[in-house]
Formats: sequence, structure tokens, C-alpha cells
Amino acid sequence: MAKHTLIAYVEDVPGVLSRIASLFRRRNFNIDSLTVGRTEQPGVSRLTVVVEATEAGARIVEANLYKLVNVLRVDDLTHKPSLMRELGLVKVTVTPQTRSQVLELTEVFRARVVDVDEATLVIEVTGTPEKIGKFELVMRPYGIVEIVRTGSVAMARGHELMSAAPPLVRTEASVAEHHHDSGHSMSV
Amino acid sequence: MKLTGAEIIWECLLKEGVDVVFGYPGGAILPTYDAMTKYPKIHHVLVRHEQGATHMADGYARASGRVGVAIATSGPGATNMVTGIATAMMDSSPIVCITGQVGSKAIGTDAFQETDVTGVTQPITKHNYLVTKAGDIARAIREAFYIAKSGRPGPVLVDITKDAQQSTVEFDWEAAAPRLPGYRPNHRAPAAEFARAADLINSAQRPLILAGQGILNARATAQVLELAKFAGIPITTTLLGIGVIPASSPLNLGMMGMHGEAWVNQAIQQADLLIALGMRFDDRVTGNIKTYALNAKKIHVEIDPSEINKNVPVDVALIGDLREVLGELKPSIKKANHAGWWATIKAQRGDAAVRDIQSLPDNGHLYAAHVINDIWRATKDRDTIVVTDVGQHQMWEAQYYRHEKPRSLITSGGLGTMGFALPAAIGAKFACPDKEVWVVAGDGGFQMTSPELATIAQEKIKLNVAIINNRFLGMVRQWQEFFYDKRYAATPLTGPDFVLLAEAFGLKGVRVTSRSEVAKAVQAARKEEGTVVFDFRVEQEDSVFPMVPAGADLDKMIRRPKQDILAETGADAEWQMPSANGGKVASAAPFVSNGGAKHFRSSAKASRR
Repeated sequence: MAKHTLIAYVEDVPGVLSRIASLFRRRNFNIDSLTVGRTEQPGVSRLTVVVEATEAGARIVEANLYKLVNVLRVDDLTHKPSLMRELGLVKVTVTPQTRSQVLELTEVFRARVVDVDEATLVIEVTGTPEKIGKFELVMRPYGIVEIVRTGSVAMARGHELMSAAPPLVRTEASVAEHHHDSGHSMSV
Repeated sequence: MKLTGAEIIWECLLKEGVDVVFGYPGGAILPTYDAMTKYPKIHHVLVRHEQGATHMADGYARASGRVGVAIATSGPGATNMVTGIATAMMDSSPIVCITGQVGSKAIGTDAFQETDVTGVTQPITKHNYLVTKAGDIARAIREAFYIAKSGRPGPVLVDITKDAQQSTVEFDWEAAAPRLPGYRPNHRAPAAEFARAADLINSAQRPLILAGQGILNARATAQVLELAKFAGIPITTTLLGIGVIPASSPLNLGMMGMHGEAWVNQAIQQADLLIALGMRFDDRVTGNIKTYALNAKKIHVEIDPSEINKNVPVDVALIGDLREVLGELKPSIKKANHAGWWATIKAQRGDAAVRDIQSLPDNGHLYAAHVINDIWRATKDRDTIVVTDVGQHQMWEAQYYRHEKPRSLITSGGLGTMGFALPAAIGAKFACPDKEVWVVAGDGGFQMTSPELATIAQEKIKLNVAIINNRFLGMVRQWQEFFYDKRYAATPLTGPDFVLLAEAFGLKGVRVTSRSEVAKAVQAARKEEGTVVFDFRVEQEDSVFPMVPAGADLDKMIRRPKQDILAETGADAEWQMPSANGGKVASAAPFVSNGGAKHFRSSAKASRR
């Protein structure tokens, strides 16, 4: 079992997120993180799904995502050069004595302070999920009031591994071909 | 052309070639029912429960290969459809369900008879739609039909608000063509995979074809038989694969799995190559997955990529239309006969294959096997569809009725839905009015949907209904006998007088209690103009053999006790009863069912009749 990062492009229609959530529950897949947002293509949303799965299990997740009629394409970035980022907001209690230590650590993590009052700092930290976890760890001794994390978003590196959203046109044959190009052919 | 949403629904159904729909009216679907009167070309069958409507649509689809249509109102009408939709989903049956929904303004307010039906049916449909505007109805219905019947077929639900049915818009069929950029029903396996599959087939010594319903959907029976014959490969079928390969074909070994033939399950465990065609390695065919066919490489030909490696890891997957895949594969296959392998199978088969129960002496008891075998003898020369319910009778039907043609057996395999048979048979009869349609049901399942007898009476259709009445929920009773120390909790079952029940609906009822009456009664019923309901009073505590206990190794079967009149004579497998502590195989004495007279005559006490 390992973490797999899948990108799913979906039609931006009502209920699509519920279909995906329902699928993961129904098939007993372990979601680590799921994020959704718009893309450069109008009408197309992009999901980043991190699942805990074996290699074969990840192929089954992918195949099941493809079965959803509103899913346009699925890319598995797990074994491709790619970037993965997450944003976290961390509210830490500070005293006049600890404030400078917290600011120093914030600097080390290349995080930013986005809100200050007499008793707390809100720090915005971006990076890999591991980095945010580490930041949380070092802030804990000072007293974390609350944390919010966005979940991971991912993108392939470079110009050859385009992971841009597919257009919303229907050509059955080309779609089927693409299906296999995108690493979905079931070589086992 | 300006039409109301309700009229557009009927126009679309006409364009899709629908001639019959199964439904039940109600508030939120009333505008559609009102518009129905303008469309006399579509016959509406009024059901007695919406579950029946979905099973009828399902039976219609399975008998004909066309899309079946069921209609219901919002709320309880729609939720009553859930079982039928799930049944169609599990068995990949193409149906379209149209449900009324409360007005779009009322959605989310817990309005009268409001249910989130698209939410409820999301995991049990191939896709579903909530339509809130009349202008969106045509596309939703066109897409629903297209999705239902393409690729791996399945149910699609279209939920249409009352105001969408009522408002008037321009109807443009052409403009409503499906626009489904994410839907991929068709796949083409990479060329390299074909070469790997051919290598495996050409080098196999003990190959075996596992034939499933996918062959039927791809209309690939001829291709499968051709491959099997050319390469000398025996075929075994799943329950839903029955009829896809003729029972009389010398290549066909029979059914696999929990109640499959002993020699078939043994062959699966001995094979060095399994070629799975349009089947999905359900737990009822694999037994213990950890010990399943460990000697075999596996090739999986399947249209649904999500089935690959789901239950059983395979060596080569050919994803695509079965007929196309086999056509492409065929030229690389070398001729073979595998004489040694066939000899092994034949030796294991022994004379256990002989199901000539006609020549067994009559011991005064009526066995379900006799009833089913007599129905087969009576109907084998006619185009006949048998629709079965779920339980012991379903397995006996699979064992004792020899199906020669595709779509001649309709049964709920995946979901195992009791109550399926009677309504599904009504649907099948509407699909194939010229065929003889038989229902084979248990007394338990029959009582779940027996009000549909009124539908039969109202529609004046001719079915033959065989209730295999053992006054038990027989299959559960069998499990209780084998695995729960004969504690018959909630399985003795009181039923109505089925003869009087049939008569109450204006149908003919016939009771048969002895073996000598069966053949005559069956022939007489076939000549009747109207539907005949049989109450076959069969042996109460008969069991289905062989049986692979759930989770046991596939070749560790419980065999029919030797003393039994229906004894099998093949080599008995040495399955042993699980010990009390946690299902582990005990080292004690091998399992012997309490066969013989004592076993079969203990029924009166147990059923407390």
C-alpha cells in the first residue's frame, strides 16, 4: 500500500462531487485527500485525489472513476515527475516571550504571517503535505488553536507531461484511444 | 413543434422504439400519465407495486435485448423501485426508469412525497439524471437509453420534476443527441496483449473457458464455440451464462460455482489456464478466493475495465467487445484437442453427469428436480423462456433444465432478489409474446410479489407458474441444516392455498402432490388459454447438491448423501464440516448428511404445520 495521486477531470455539473464521494465509499477505497477546483477549460473541474492503495488497487480506482459518466479523464501522477502542494492556515498562541521564536520558525519554513493579534498569529504555510505536517509539529509546543488544510493539489512537471483539462467535445473513438494513452490500458 | 415536457417524454420513448412501459401513476408523474392518452402506440402495463415495474422492465430487457422502461411517481413510488434497479445493476440489464419529482421550487423542502431519488439510486444506477426543465428532458432520455444499452449495460434513472413535465417548450429530437464527453462504452485492447493471450492459450495443457453473460451481450456465442472447438477447450458457464452455450454442446461441461457440477469445480482447480469471457469472478463461482485456481494462468476478456483484477488477479486482460476481441484473437490460436485433459475431466465426471432422474424409482415423494425435469421435457421442443426466482428452486432449475438458447433463462444472479420471477416473467412475455414463458419460483419468493397475478389477469397474458412449494425458505433452511445445527429459525413458512389464490385472481390453480401427475399436469397447463399457477407440493427438506460452503475451497464440496434417491455417483470430495470454533475445517469424521428416510420425513415436525 502506498499513496497514489490521481487527477480526475470532471464535467462541472450538479452532483458530480457526490458521485465521486459515493464511489469511494461504495468501493471501500481509502481517500487520503480530495480537492476540487476550476480549470483553464470552462465547464471542466479538476480533482486531485490521494488514495492509499496498492498498484493494482490504484488501477481499479482509476477504472471505477472512468465508469462515472461525468468523468472526462484520469491521470495517475504517482510515478511521473510532478509537483504536489497543499496550503495550511495555522493559528498559534503566542506570548511576548514566544512570538519571536514562532516568527523565526515561520521564516525557516518560508511560511507567512497573515494575521496578528495580542495573543495569536495566523500563519499561512504552503508545500508538500509532509512539510505542513512538520510545521504543525514544531508549532505544537507553542499552542495550536486551530488548523485548516486544503488537501493536496498536484500537477505534472514540464511540457511533455501535459495534464491540461480535456475539451468538452465528444468523439467516441478518439476518447476511447485517449483512454488508453492516459496509462489506463490494463497491462498486467 | 411545441410540446409539454410530459408529451416530450412519450415522444422520446416512441423515437427510442418503446412499445410497452410498466408503471404506476401518482401525483408527481400525473402530467405524464395524462399525456399518455395521446400516445396509444405505447402500451402501459399497470403494475401492483413499483418493484414489479422494474422487474418487468428487467425481464423485458433480458428476454429481448432491448431497453425496458419503468415509470413511477416521486417518493414511495421511486423508492419502491430501488430493489429492481439494484437487481438490474448487478446483472447488467439495460432498463430506463422514469420517475416524477416534486416541483423544482419544492425540492429540498421535504415536500409531500419528496425523496432525493437521484441520491438514493446513485450507487445502483449506471447513471442518473435530475431534470428540472422541460427543455432538458429529451436529451436526458436519449442519453439514458444510450447509456443503458451501450458498453456494459445497466439501469439509468431519469427523475423529472412536475413543473418540467407541465411546461411547454420546443421539441427538437435532433438537437437532443447525446453529448457525453466522458462516457466510454467501447474499448480496444492493445495489440501486445493479444499476442500474450495467444501464447498462453497455445501453450496451455489444461485450458478451460469460463463463459458468462458478457457473451450474450456481445452476441458472441458462435465465436466462443468456434474457439473452444478449434482449440479443444472445454467450457463451463456461470449461472447467467446458462443458455449462452447450448447445454447439449459436447464442449459444455455445465455450471460452475457454489452449486455447480463437481467435475467442473474440480477442473477449474486443476486447470493451467482459465479464459474468462464476460464474467466477473463472483464469490459464488470462486469459493475461497485464496485457493482459487492456483495452478492456472488467467486471461480475462471483459468490456468493463473495473472488473479486471477486482476479485482474481489475471495475467492478461483483453478489455473490449467480446466478439471483436475473439475475432482478433482467433488467427493466432493453434488447433489443439487436449485429449489428455478431456480424459481427466471425463474420468472425474464419471456417471455423475447422468441426470436421468426419470428412470429412478418413485418412492412416493415429489422432488423439485422431477418437476423441473418434467417441465423441461414438456417444453424442450418449443421456444421457451424460464424465469426463476432465488433459492433452491433456482439452482435446481439451473441443474435440471437444459437450456439450449441464449435468453431462455432469466434469473436474478448477482443481487439474488426474491420476488423477481413473477414480474420479470410478465416483462419477458411482453417482449416475446410468441414464446412460452414459465415461472419457476419458491413459495417464499412467490409470496413477495404475488399481487402481480392481478397484473397478469388485467393484461390477460398467458404464463405458466410453477411454485416449488416446500413450505420452507428452502435455501436458508438448507444452510441452517448444514451450518447451524438444524436450528430452523424463521424458515418454516405458511403460505396461502395457492390454488385458491390463483382462482381469486381469476386464474387457474392446480395442485400437484405426486410425481406421476407432473408431466400430465404440465401438458394440460400449456394447452390452457390463460395463466396456470401450479402448487407443486415437493419434499420439504430436500437440499441442493453439490454445494461449496461459502468461503470453502471450490473443490471441497458437500455431496448428495449416498442413500439419497437422487444420489450422484461421481467421486465424492472429502469436504468436512466446519468445527464450532470459527469455521476451521475439523479433523473429525467427514460430513455425512442425515440422508435417507429419517432425513426426508422429519419435515412435519420442523415446519409445525
